[in-house]
Amino acid sequence: MMKNSFGRVLISIVLSVFMCLLISGSTFAADTIKLGVAGAHSGDLASYGIPSIKAAELVVKDINAKGGVLGKKVELLTEDDACKPEVATNTATKLVSQGVDVVLGHICSGATKAALGIYKDSKIICMSPSATNTDLTLSGDYPNFYRTIAYDDAQAQLQVKFATETLKVKSAAILHDKGDYGKGAAELAKKYAEQAGVDVKLFEGVTPGAVDYSAIVQKVKRAEVDAVIWGGYHPEASKIITLMKKERMETKFIGADGVKDDTFIKVAGKYAEGVYATGPMDVSQNPLAIAAKKAHQEAYGSDPGAFFDSAYAAALALLNAIEKAGSTDYDAVSKALKTEYVDTPLGKISFDENGDAIGIGFSVYQVENGAFKELK
Amino acid sequence: MDWEYLLDLFLGGLTRGSIYALIALGYTMVYGIIELINFAHGEIYMIGAFTALIVASVLGLMGMNHIVIIILASVIAIIYSAAYGFTVEKIAYKPLRQAPRLSALISAIGMSLFLQNYVLLAQTSNFLPFPSLIPDFDFWEPYAHILTSQELVILITTAVVMILLTFLIKFTRTGKAMRATAQDKVMAALVGIDVNRIISTTFVVGSATAAIGGVLIASHIGQINFYMGFIAGIKAFVAAVMGGIGSIPGAVLGSLVLGWTESFFTGYISSDYEDVFAFLFLVVILIFRPSGILGRSETQKV
Repeated sequence: MMKNSFGRVLISIVLSVFMCLLISGSTFAADTIKLGVAGAHSGDLASYGIPSIKAAELVVKDINAKGGVLGKKVELLTEDDACKPEVATNTATKLVSQGVDVVLGHICSGATKAALGIYKDSKIICMSPSATNTDLTLSGDYPNFYRTIAYDDAQAQLQVKFATETLKVKSAAILHDKGDYGKGAAELAKKYAEQAGVDVKLFEGVTPGAVDYSAIVQKVKRAEVDAVIWGGYHPEASKIITLMKKERMETKFIGADGVKDDTFIKVAGKYAEGVYATGPMDVSQNPLAIAAKKAHQEAYGSDPGAFFDSAYAAALALLNAIEKAGSTDYDAVSKALKTEYVDTPLGKISFDENGDAIGIGFSVYQVENGAFKELK
Repeated sequence: MDWEYLLDLFLGGLTRGSIYALIALGYTMVYGIIELINFAHGEIYMIGAFTALIVASVLGLMGMNHIVIIILASVIAIIYSAAYGFTVEKIAYKPLRQAPRLSALISAIGMSLFLQNYVLLAQTSNFLPFPSLIPDFDFWEPYAHILTSQELVILITTAVVMILLTFLIKFTRTGKAMRATAQDKVMAALVGIDVNRIISTTFVVGSATAAIGGVLIASHIGQINFYMGFIAGIKAFVAAVMGGIGSIPGAVLGSLVLGWTESFFTGYISSDYEDVFAFLFLVVILIFRPSGILGRSETQKV
């Protein structure tokens, strides 16, 4: 009997303490900015998600040390979706119920898409460092979605934009190596080239590793196109460009990041001169990127993983927008994201009306004196 | 009808066929004598190209004359590849000469993989730039847009090699001994032919032609890697079968037919299905002539 009443007292004490904690928890909540970090934190693709947590931790530590955002401390809420769309909806619901203000994530395109509807209904802004699926922004279905990485089609769009606007290309031959990467890139280039009014006279795959590409080069020559757009890697590109130059052809050659490799210049030698290729913008010299990498090494004793820079940029962009907006109000933060520029490891960025970052992504390079030179 | 385009494709196919022919000759000679498909032959071609690259780089550093470099690099590549061909035969095929033919075939595939991986480990897995050993001839410049100097050299070399080989086989004592060995090894040995020496000679000559092919094509396309022998070897093998394996004119004819097929198909239809069409053509030829265009029926052999 004695034992039983002691037990009851104990339970009621525990419960009342718990209630107090809950209440104080929610009162605390009003005093912090809650940054949700969602993504693949376990499973096969954890290596893509974990760096975003670390980036957020470093940014938050830094900002809190400087007095936080709007005078409040920033609090991190990390939630795992294992890269699975069916888990991501639960992850999003949980973050929403915890009163999250903005979300950094998700990591995988499929999971991001699944979670976005839930954030949209609750008017919560979500910014991914890694979801590259083109439709996430361009479809217009998710006005609450932003990202700090170039989308899948960005490279093909840039190639075509550069070809039509800078090089004044009217007709093109699009060649590819029949592989997943090469053919995919070539199909996108074709789609955007046709939209831009370029006459795509040839669209063909070649066999990688063949001894000779003279037949296809003759075919390009006969088609009398202004430019060749190549989807594929550099070994075939260097064979084709070598033959083209040996045939005394002046046709311009535009490749993508599969060509933007120093081996291409080494192998094609003098024939590589003047070749265009798109590739990721070089951020290795960015002081913020260097500082972020150093902070990561000090805090975790290792080099940062995949998408670390873009996650770091996303965390900075989100918190900066809240600061500039003066509140966590959805409309005010959205406006701040689209109007205010912020310094990040990826450079000075803002966001366009679709939610894609302006000032990041791909650049066009041209081979000049044996090196790829970024064209401004 | 666009005649210049037709001519371009014809010459492109001719060049491609000539390259196949230089490799196919080795396949067909070896098959003619010991009825073995020497799968390591493509690798000999690759080794020829690597040797030439190394020699040319070293000589280039020493600042030698261009012509000297071409000749020395080619000669050393030929000698080196021939030595490889000789050794491969002694190690991988000679001990299996009395064994079932399948054993020697497996041994050949093993040798091919071994040589590929050996070059991969001892050299590099990267693509290496190959210097353009054949210069652009000034006198040829007006025609260079139709046929480059490199392609011209490839065509002439192939023709010369083919004529020399025909001469060797038809008119020399060694050639006569080769033909005798091909017909009947036991009988050839009985009349005093050193069969082992003749087989070795065949491997040496076949490997030397492959090395010439390696140097020419590497110089033409400007890059090499350890895997280059595989596809070239398969295509040359197809060409040899198409022409009738065991027959020297057959190998050349088969190679040219294959080169033209690929070139015209790419030029007039689509390069997407270039290989599909090439192999389809092989099947059609083999349906009507099971032993190849110039091949003789196997049943002659007793």
